[in-house]
Parts: sequence; structure tokens; C-alpha cells
Amino acid sequence: MSIHQISVFLENRTGQLAEITQLLAQNHVDIRAISIAETSDYGVARMIVDDCQKASSILLAHGDILSMTPVWAVEVPDRPSGLAEVLTVLAQNHIDVEYMYSLFTHESGYAYMVLRISDEAAFTKAAQSAGIRIMSSNELGLK
Amino acid sequence: MSKYFQPEIETMPYEDIRALQNERLVKQVRHVWDNVPYYRKRMEEKGVAPDDIQSIDDLHKLPLLCKDDLREAYPYGLMGTPMSQCVRIHSTSGTTGKRVVAFYTQHDVDLWEDCCARAIVAAGGTEEDVVHVAYGYGLFTGGAGLHGGSHKVGSLTLPMSSGNTDRQLQFMTDLGSTILCCTPSYAAYLAESIHERGLRDQIKLKAGIFGAEAWSENMRHDIEDKLGIKAYDIYGLTETSGPGVAFECSEQTGMHINEDHFIAEIIDPDTGEVLPEGSKGELVFTAITKEAFPLLRYRTRDICILTRKKCSCGRTHVKMSKPMGRSDDMLIIRGVNVFPSQIETVLLQQGYPANYQIVVDRVNNSDTLEIMVEMQPEMFSDSLAKIAAAEKSLVAALKSMLGIAAKVKLVAPKTIARSEGKAVRIIDNRKI
Repeated sequence: MSIHQISVFLENRTGQLAEITQLLAQNHVDIRAISIAETSDYGVARMIVDDCQKASSILLAHGDILSMTPVWAVEVPDRPSGLAEVLTVLAQNHIDVEYMYSLFTHESGYAYMVLRISDEAAFTKAAQSAGIRIMSSNELGLK
Repeated sequence: MSKYFQPEIETMPYEDIRALQNERLVKQVRHVWDNVPYYRKRMEEKGVAPDDIQSIDDLHKLPLLCKDDLREAYPYGLMGTPMSQCVRIHSTSGTTGKRVVAFYTQHDVDLWEDCCARAIVAAGGTEEDVVHVAYGYGLFTGGAGLHGGSHKVGSLTLPMSSGNTDRQLQFMTDLGSTILCCTPSYAAYLAESIHERGLRDQIKLKAGIFGAEAWSENMRHDIEDKLGIKAYDIYGLTETSGPGVAFECSEQTGMHINEDHFIAEIIDPDTGEVLPEGSKGELVFTAITKEAFPLLRYRTRDICILTRKKCSCGRTHVKMSKPMGRSDDMLIIRGVNVFPSQIETVLLQQGYPANYQIVVDRVNNSDTLEIMVEMQPEMFSDSLAKIAAAEKSLVAALKSMLGIAAKVKLVAPKTIARSEGKAVRIIDNRKI
């Protein structure tokens, strides 16, 4: 099962990110992962939050522009070559990763990576046969 | 060669010019009445017939024509001659995608080239000169006008067109160009390049004829210093043939309007009333010799002042000041006419709201055009590549509409001020 990612449009201006995170803080939304992609003029903040419905209604009411995207959280052994092993499986199956960042949540011995994959069917199949664990929203404590 | 291209005309006593204008005006009104149904209808609406126009004193009775008329009559509605007699068109960009297309008979081209030749001779041009035409060639009138004028003078003409600075400088040094014709911003750019490459000793330029966009006295001095030349202004618009409607002389205090071909008036842009000489107002032209595209009382939207003060160059034709502004919202960017409505049209076509801001600036002597657009939910994506693709298609659509490149800046929603009344759409930071 994929999980929901919220992407927010950020104008390149001091304080934009602070404003959005403060807004989520005031409404007790927990950010579990965040990554920023930027150009010289604007950026996109991609987030995994504990309650994405709530977060999106708050941000929409604030006048932000959002998009919701399915992404995949995978378990990665927290040791040298852990990530390389997972990505090698994907590479061998010709699966492209559009972007990737890490979740703040982790368990002893494991880290979780958020992956945006274009060919999702191929991805789940490859993950299954290679024994890569895909984390569900429930398992991560996300609503 | 004389210091005038057509001395008998250029130094004609005022009374004689006036008599010539009266005679030509009466004939032209008749020509338009007989051959341009669109304008005839406008005259009839105003209750004017050709017999009512006996001299320039009656000119105010004729209806004013503006760009909207050209749009309405596009493309053939204002033609004064059968197409078989036309030999050329030129065109400028126009509002909402419709361009202004002007037609020329061979006679029109001849007279236009005469006007450009007068400008070149006024700048010191002779048959010994090498005239470097770096205006754009094509639909734009700049290249063709000065090219034809240079031929009439008998100068060696370099049809360089605009752009490709390396090639410009190579021809300029190798062939010894003496008179440069281009937009003032391109002249400033070339001057900068010549300075940077240390080519000043290798160029033979003595004068420049720069027009098609606004430029200041500061810019003139800067170009003159850097190139060691005299820089002259030239004025014109596609609707009235192109450059050469008016040109500067050695005095450099305004441009002589070629009054044997054009009658100039200054009107109040709000009321349309004719203002007395010396008043600041909108410039209106009546073309009294043009056959194929004979515009009567055409509103240029340029704000300026006319003066008949005696000129030390000996020319007797009235002088217009440099345009001091516009009575509409047209912008001239890198010599190209840009209307906010054109930008609006593209935005709407591409699915953006008509809430935008245009920021114009001049960086390193070249105009920049930036269009701030609010990000829309429909075009937003988690993928930068997708956003960039949408941005790119908007940039391409703008380029195709405007004819010049514009930078698009995506901003957060609701960040562009929505004003109560007239929106502040244009921020022009150019100091010119």
C-alpha cells in the first residue's frame, strides 16, 4: 500500500516554509518527513504528515496550492549498503525512482525511505520477490 | 553631396510647405473617400464629405482613426489601392493576436525610402559611407526602411539584420562601417561589446541612427562617448510607413517631421481636441501621399510636443520632441510593441487567470520582460519537471504572441495585488 504525500507550492521568499510549518504546528499536525525541491524561483515542499486530510484542509484554507501523491515507504536496513541493496533491486528490475527522502520515524536496526515510483505495479512485484518490506499507513501510525 | 537629400523640399519655406500640404490633403481625402469604404463610412457618420475639406484648417472635421479601427478593418479594410498595385507589406504585432498590416505600392516604398535617405544624409551620410543596418529585417519596418534609404543615398549598404554580435563586429571592423542603424539598446550593447573587446581603434563609425524605442539623453551621451560618434534619433511607425516619418538633424533637439508627406497634429488624448502649437499631447498623423495605406488622422498614442522654432540645420519642417510617454498602455520592449492585453490573451488561453503583473527593466542596456503569474492548482504537481514543462509551454506561447522572449515567474496564489479599480499590471523600472 502506498502512503499519501502532500506537496505544497512555495514561492521563493524568506519565511514561507516557517509559515507553513507553524500553521501545521498550531493545529497539532506532526510532520513525519519533509523534503524540498527547488528552482531559482520557487520550490515544492513534499511532506508525510500524521493526518493528511487535516493538514490539507488547513493548508487549503490558508490559500496554499497542494497536490496529493501516492508514494511508497520502504524499510531499509540501517547499516552500510542497506540503501544500496534496496535500490539495486529496483535498478535490476528497470524501475525508476523519481525522488526519495527519509522518514523521521525509525525502528531499531531499520530506517524508512519514502520513494516516488512511476511504475508502481512493477515496484510492488519486485519488492515482494526481493523481500523488501513496504510499510502501510497503519504501520507508520499515519491517518 | 549636399547636407540635405532633397534640399528644395527639406528647406522649403513654411508657406510653401503649407500650400503643398493643403493641395495634397484635399487630393488625399478624395482618394480615401473614393477608395476606402471603411473610412468613408466613418466620415459619413461624422457628417463630413470631401468638399468640406479645403485646407488643413478643416482637418479637425475628419474623424480620428485609432488602432482599434485597424484591427476592425484587418487585413484589407483600409487598403486604398487594388491589391494588384501593392508590392509589399510590413507588419507590427497588435492586440489580441491581430497584427497591423500595412500595404505599400512601389510609389509608397519610394517615398518612404526618400524619408529614410533624408535621415541618413542628416546624420552625415554620403555615397562614400558604409551604412550598417542592424535593425531586424522582415516584417519589421526598421531593416527595410534604412536599407532602402541607404540605397537612395548611394551608400554601401550592409544588410546585417539584428543579433549575432560577433558577426556584427567582424563586418564593422573588416568593412569599415561608418553609420550604424539599429535600436538604441542594441547600439548600447554593441558599444559595450566594442569597449570590452578593445576594438574601439578598429572601428570607423562616425554616426548612428537609432530608433524604434524610447531612449534618453543620458543614453545618447553614453553611446556617443563609447563609440566616438554622433547618435541621432529617428521616428516612425508601421501604420505611417515605418522609420523616417521624422528624424534628427545636426542640432539634435528634436526630429523634423517630413511635412511634405505627413501632417502632424497634437490632440488632447482624452477629448480629441486639437491643441495649440507647443502643447504637450498625443501626436496624430495624416499621411497625404500614401496610396496603398492612406491613414487620415491616425492616433499614434505617443505623447510629445511640436515646435516650429527656426532650426540651425536650415530645415524648415516642424520638429517633434522625443516621445515622452504613451496615452495607452502599450510598452515598447527591445523595439517591439507589447500590449498587456496580448499577455492576458495568452494567459487565458493557457488556463491561467487574468491576474498577472508585468515587470519591465533595463539590464545592461537591454530591456527585460518578466511576467509574474500566480500558481494554479491545476498546474501544480509534486514533480518539478511537470511544473517546468507547463512553464515552458507558457513561455513559448508568449514568445509566439509577442515576438520577443519573456520570463515567467510563478508566484504564490493571491500574492499579486487585486486592486479595486484599475489593476496595477505594469511595473516599468527602466530609467529612460
